[in-house]
Amino acid sequence: MQFRFEKRPEPSRLMLVVTPIASVLLTMLIGVIVFDALGIDGQRAVIDIFLTPLLASYKWQDVAVKAAPLIIISLGLAVGNRASVWNIGAEGQYIIGALGAAGVGIAAGAAGGPVVILLMILAGIAGGTAWAAVPAVLKTRFSVNEILSSLMLTYVALQVLSYLVGGPWKDPNGRNFPATAPLTADQALPVLFPGTTIHLGVAIALILPFVFWLVMARSVFGYQIRVVGSAPNAARHGGFDSNQTVWFAMLIGGGMAGLAGALEFAGALKAINLGFPSGYGFTAIIVAFLGRLHPIGCLIAGIVLAVTYVGGQVAQTTVHIPNATAGIFQAMMLFFILASDVLVRYRLRIIPAGKAAPAAGE
Amino acid sequence: MSMDFIIAAIITVVGISTPILLAGLGELVVEKSGVLNLGVEGMMLIGAIAGFAVTSMTFNPWLGIMGAAVAGAASALLFGFFVLTLNSNQVATGLALTIFGTGLSSLIGLSFVGRIVPQFGSIFPPELARDPLLKVIFGYSPVVYLALVMVLAVAWFLKSTRAGLILRAVGENDLSAHSIGYSVVGVRYAAVAFGGAMAGIGGAYFSMVITPMWAERMTAGRGWIALALVVFAGWRAGRLLTGAYFFGLLMALELYAKAAGFSILPSQFWAAMPYLMTVVVLALISMRERIGSNAPACLGKPFLPAT
Repeated sequence: MQFRFEKRPEPSRLMLVVTPIASVLLTMLIGVIVFDALGIDGQRAVIDIFLTPLLASYKWQDVAVKAAPLIIISLGLAVGNRASVWNIGAEGQYIIGALGAAGVGIAAGAAGGPVVILLMILAGIAGGTAWAAVPAVLKTRFSVNEILSSLMLTYVALQVLSYLVGGPWKDPNGRNFPATAPLTADQALPVLFPGTTIHLGVAIALILPFVFWLVMARSVFGYQIRVVGSAPNAARHGGFDSNQTVWFAMLIGGGMAGLAGALEFAGALKAINLGFPSGYGFTAIIVAFLGRLHPIGCLIAGIVLAVTYVGGQVAQTTVHIPNATAGIFQAMMLFFILASDVLVRYRLRIIPAGKAAPAAGE
Repeated sequence: MSMDFIIAAIITVVGISTPILLAGLGELVVEKSGVLNLGVEGMMLIGAIAGFAVTSMTFNPWLGIMGAAVAGAASALLFGFFVLTLNSNQVATGLALTIFGTGLSSLIGLSFVGRIVPQFGSIFPPELARDPLLKVIFGYSPVVYLALVMVLAVAWFLKSTRAGLILRAVGENDLSAHSIGYSVVGVRYAAVAFGGAMAGIGGAYFSMVITPMWAERMTAGRGWIALALVVFAGWRAGRLLTGAYFFGLLMALELYAKAAGFSILPSQFWAAMPYLMTVVVLALISMRERIGSNAPACLGKPFLPAT
């Protein structure tokens, strides 16, 4: 008996939806086995990481606040990945976006209100876009690989943050601790439900996926991105400029990451310290793939990944596993979703012994 | 500048550039076979904890280095299974490997925090290794010499052996190599495993020679610099050595600037320097020569033979 992959005439729509769910379930199953092997209560760990945040209603606001930046960043990255433009420096763009917003906050002094908040958000988008423009210039003018340049700039962004919060932007009343001064109440994003931490950014994260869906499905721009990604030669013949696509993809990715940084700063944290970079920019890459590069998929996948973050903290106290464990689960999900791509594009055939033919997937 | 300072500086640069040299050599072979493995950083971290763990259990750094190579190769084979057997996207799978390696090494490393392991002895007589002048040649960890030997070995393998020719053929034109009967997937598996082993040893250099202690994420992005180094070297082993020392010099500059405090510029500027320079250098290289023409033609593309 032999296995053989046969190319499907068209990608399977069923598999497109089933495989992400199967990836999450498989990750949970393997998690139980691996943790048991490591001498940790695997069942408890997996339940705490994947289910407790959903079942305990007091954890919902944590999930919502964590999901917001993941969703927003992944929307931008998904556009780029569809066009095979690999921006993996979203973390840096997120940091610079937050710093842009913080700069406006500092310049505003004691002033607050909707205008200041709007300016902070715009500065965040501008900061992220500018940081992403560097790899875009390098790629289009000098054909420098955007994977490396965008990532290198993330390390530079970390140093920019460290310099600003430890130097010129350090809170003068902060006991010499490297952090910016906290925003005042009317500089921070409004809270949507009194008594919770759910801020305006969460609402933006819920609305944006539908905006992206509409734009990607209905506009010439969305069409261009899809054609460039799936049939680059056809796109060239059709007159779509590949440099222009790189610019679009990088700037949207950077703008969204910057927006997420500004909202996280002005909505959730209200001050920037050395702990601000939390890896959302990297996790958002997983979100984009788990969401199958579809805006609504990103929305759902962002919530799933946020659950693992919150659950990881729960498991830290209940079964004493390190915070990094959530990263292992997130990586496993990404492995499985990427591996299962083969099921979307190919059909698995089992050939009885004797009629063996060379396998197509080899 | 005194002679002592110059010798100390050379020793620092050679030492600090060894991990990226090892990992870069491995990735060079991987890319020559047509595969792009962005998981170097993750494989280095897995090697770092594996080398440290094996050494602290066996009290033998040589076994530690072997453990690091095996663990690095094993994690690379996991990547290989996804991209070579299941044809998954190489860029994204490599990223997944880095995230996975970061998490796994932190989890395993928990029980090794704060421990210290036995060090490599010198492979040369102490008169040579401790001589104030000659230590610039004889005063390094054995891993440094291993890396230098590997530069020659990889250069010779790719240029002068039949197996090296096959590997390059697979990377330049996988379909032709397949049609004359070479196993494209087999060659790529071997290359990927070699790359993982080299990255593993490079990572172990951090935990066993430089610090020598285990700390989470201790490779601090050097795996990515190793990837840039391969592009910098134009996929040639000899130039990889020059490039590694150049990046080593930049990284040493940060250490010296911090230690001496001589800089008017903030320390963060020097810390950002290697990363900034990587970007600048990549841009300069591609201005000087068409960089794409030098890269293996099949780099990063899945192998899909018609049946």
